[in-house]
Amino acid sequence: MTLAEAVLGAAFVGLLAYALFGGADFGGGVWDLLAGGTRRGRRTRALIERSIGPVWEANHVWLIFVLVVLWTGFSGAFAAAATTLYIPLTLAAFGIIARGAAFAYRKSVSTPAMRRFFGAAFALSSLFTPFFFGAVVGGVASGRVPPGIAAGDVVRSWVNPTSFLGGTLAVLVCAYLAAVFLCADARRDGEPDLAEAFRLRALVTAAVTGAVGLAGVAVLRADAPVLFAGLTGRGLPVLALSVVAGLGAIALLLTRRYVLARLVSALAVTTILVGWAVAQYPYVLLPGLTVEQAAQGRSTLTALAIALAAGAVVLIPALVYLYTLFQRPPAVNDRGASAPAGAPPGPDARS
Amino acid sequence: MAVLEFITAGGAENLWPARMQMALSLGWHIIFACFGIAFPAIVVFTEWRGHRRGDPELTGLAHTWAKAMGVLFAAGAVSGTLLSFEMGILWPGLMDRFGEVFGFPFVLEGFAFFVEAIFVGVYLFGWNRLSPRAHMLSAVPMVLAGIAGAFFVVSANAWMNNPTGFRLDAEGAVVDARPWAAMFGPSTWPQFVHMWLAAFMVTGFLVASVYAVGMLRGRRDRYHRMGLLIPLTVAAIVTPVQIGVGDWIANAVADNQPAKLAAMEAQYETTSGAGLSLGGIYRDGELRYALEIPYALSLLIHHDPDGVVPGLEEVPVDEHPPVNVVHLAYNAMVGIGTALLLLAAWFGLVWWRRRRLPETAWFLRAVAVSGVGAVVAMEAGWITTEVGRQPWIVYKILRTADAVSPAPGLGYGLVAVVVVYTVLTLFTAVVLRRLARGHDTLAPQEAGERPGSS
Ligand code: HDD
Ligand code: HEM
Ligand code: HEM
Repeated sequence: MTLAEAVLGAAFVGLLAYALFGGADFGGGVWDLLAGGTRRGRRTRALIERSIGPVWEANHVWLIFVLVVLWTGFSGAFAAAATTLYIPLTLAAFGIIARGAAFAYRKSVSTPAMRRFFGAAFALSSLFTPFFFGAVVGGVASGRVPPGIAAGDVVRSWVNPTSFLGGTLAVLVCAYLAAVFLCADARRDGEPDLAEAFRLRALVTAAVTGAVGLAGVAVLRADAPVLFAGLTGRGLPVLALSVVAGLGAIALLLTRRYVLARLVSALAVTTILVGWAVAQYPYVLLPGLTVEQAAQGRSTLTALAIALAAGAVVLIPALVYLYTLFQRPPAVNDRGASAPAGAPPGPDARS
Repeated sequence: MAVLEFITAGGAENLWPARMQMALSLGWHIIFACFGIAFPAIVVFTEWRGHRRGDPELTGLAHTWAKAMGVLFAAGAVSGTLLSFEMGILWPGLMDRFGEVFGFPFVLEGFAFFVEAIFVGVYLFGWNRLSPRAHMLSAVPMVLAGIAGAFFVVSANAWMNNPTGFRLDAEGAVVDARPWAAMFGPSTWPQFVHMWLAAFMVTGFLVASVYAVGMLRGRRDRYHRMGLLIPLTVAAIVTPVQIGVGDWIANAVADNQPAKLAAMEAQYETTSGAGLSLGGIYRDGELRYALEIPYALSLLIHHDPDGVVPGLEEVPVDEHPPVNVVHLAYNAMVGIGTALLLLAAWFGLVWWRRRRLPETAWFLRAVAVSGVGAVVAMEAGWITTEVGRQPWIVYKILRTADAVSPAPGLGYGLVAVVVVYTVLTLFTAVVLRRLARGHDTLAPQEAGERPGSS
């Protein structure tokens, strides 16, 4: 593996993490949207909120990570993609703003109308944002982003069959991941009926995703021949693994082995993206810009590789700590109790 | 219909809307970034005092602030995301050519934000789940990451002001990029220190001003007094240091960017014994209606009343920055900085003599406006830096006009960003007001109680 491939690989791992963790957060928003009326959906929404609250921001930073590694290590390709695809990228960024702000703010407002408004903003932007990211991937994967600043068509690069397929699959995959993740969360929280409901949702979305994926093969064949050739050639084993993992996840859901189902579902999603990467290799931008051509100078790549390795040493333990802490039940050490005896009740106790 | 034409045009017409879009997004983000840099330290300090003295009122105050910090952090994170898109969407000429040189600090910044986001989550979520000691320890990475993140971004900006760490070949292509060296150019340390202190001033004065308003409305209990006292003390300590650092950074500008300094002072002719001009309007190489303090500028820059200060006449006309904007922004920063210094001195003096807050309502009124003042000073400082660099995006190397994206329809982005940020600002204000009033609300990183656990 060359240095450029290693750096691009690291960015790709970041993309996978964003798709899995950030994707599940987006999917939570989709289920929030579909949870029904205020009263009926209340418990579902509370479960979703509990399971993404402390982690969504950290999950979100994976996206930043991907962007900054690309713009430093592969500046030209990044500039080409950002300018040609600026419309869906801007819309996705607005979606991220609306979603993050609405999620953060809706807890702090009390009137039901405001809550509903923020809730709707959160849910709708959870639907749109992955769609636009999927459309961006579709534009790149179908070779509609040529090298050069704003060299591609700023509309047709993302309004096309492959982008539409990419967007739809992105939304479905997010929804699927969220449903699977929420099964286990609901069971841990002692809400078996919600776990059952999400199990059903996971199974239905799995079926729909599979169907869209099959139909997508025909779309790619007509609209993205290079990608299609790659997927059915070199990428075929990866794709097969994805199908096997998808079926395995369904079996695990049917037998209610939720924790294992999480892992296998993550594998299924990972392999879809890996399939794309394998099919497109060695090109960063189809049809002609390879990884080596797109890569920047050696000293920059070396600095990047060092920073990525050192950063991983800091980051991974921190992330593990966050996720394990988050599985811990609340109030094991309530602050009220740890305050010195005889102290007057603090303002916290006033509520 | 001229407006519509203007917006939909591609190519060179993109320059103005792109600059405005960038300025608006950055100007919005930076306010929240200040809280990301300075607030964790203030909150943890308050929590620590609360535990040490067994004072639940202080820990309660810290908890309320921590929630506000959570909301502000969320707003900072999402607005920062838009920024990282915009760097590529609006300025491909910059990223394409120089991404490998100055992109690197952004990667390190990415790690810093990652750590900060993780530990903001831990800190808020762990409020009732960790022992006080573990909880305060979990805040340490958050505090450090905020500082590191600020350093990295500011070093990227300092690189645009004073590009180092690479060579250009005959065609102007970058060869021999040295990203580590690029991070430590001559502007980096003064700019970082100045920004870091500005973050503490903005956060300190702004938080204090919230409680000053409360006290003016008659809520003079201990809770409000503490809410005013702690952040105001921080800001009051930082302010005099900031003025000194201002002198340092002004000297760095004089050494490296004479055109910017001339624009800051609206000075056309190269002069020895230059005076310091306040206000006024610059037209055709002359500053009118300004108040002049004789010799002051030469004194400030060279510490010598007869020192020579170069004027704009030394710079080709097509390399002049927009003088009036830069000059007035600079005056605003220095003027507000001086006013805040007076406020800090008033507070410090009374505290030193009497161990209490000054009692007059005028003091509270001054504190109540100081927060907005600090924000305006900081924004004015950035306008000085960024507009003063024009017409260059990379000083003396790449013109802003050559870096902008030619994509058609880019101007709609400005309209959209204006709308999005107007709405966002309104909602942020509403939510923060609610947080300031009640303790019953939750921060975005806190989880609601699980069923059956309460
Ligand atoms: C609360 C905020 C605040 C206050 C009170 C001051 N500044 Fe400032 N200033 C900033 C906040 C700021 C800033 C926003 O943080 C800037 C923008 C870029 C930077 O690095 O710092 C800045 C930039 C900036 C620059 C331009 C640097 C460049 O282009 O590289 C100069 C020359 C000064 N400042 C000088 C001063 C002086 C002489 C002050 C004395 C009163 C002063 N500042 C007070
Ligand atoms: C440290 C991070 C920052 C970076 C990397 C950065 C980068 C940029 C870039 C690339 C541009 C567009 C090109 C140009 O006009 O030269 C720009 C313009 C601008 N930025 Fe910054 N900026 C930073 C911080 C800020 C902040 C915090 C503000 C606060 C207001 C600000 C205010 C502006 C303004 C007003 C312009 C427009 C200048 C003009 O075109 O006349 N910048 N900046
Ligand atoms: C002087 C200028 C800047 C400073 C001091 C600064 C500082 C910060 C800080 C401390 C944060 C942490 C989040 C928060 O506290 O709200 C943050 C968030 C962020 N900033 Fe900035 N920033 C600046 C300019 C920029 C620029 C120019 C960019 C990109 C081009 C940028 C991109 C981001 C991103 C992507 C985040 C979100 C990271 C996350 O999700 O945690 N910032 N910024």
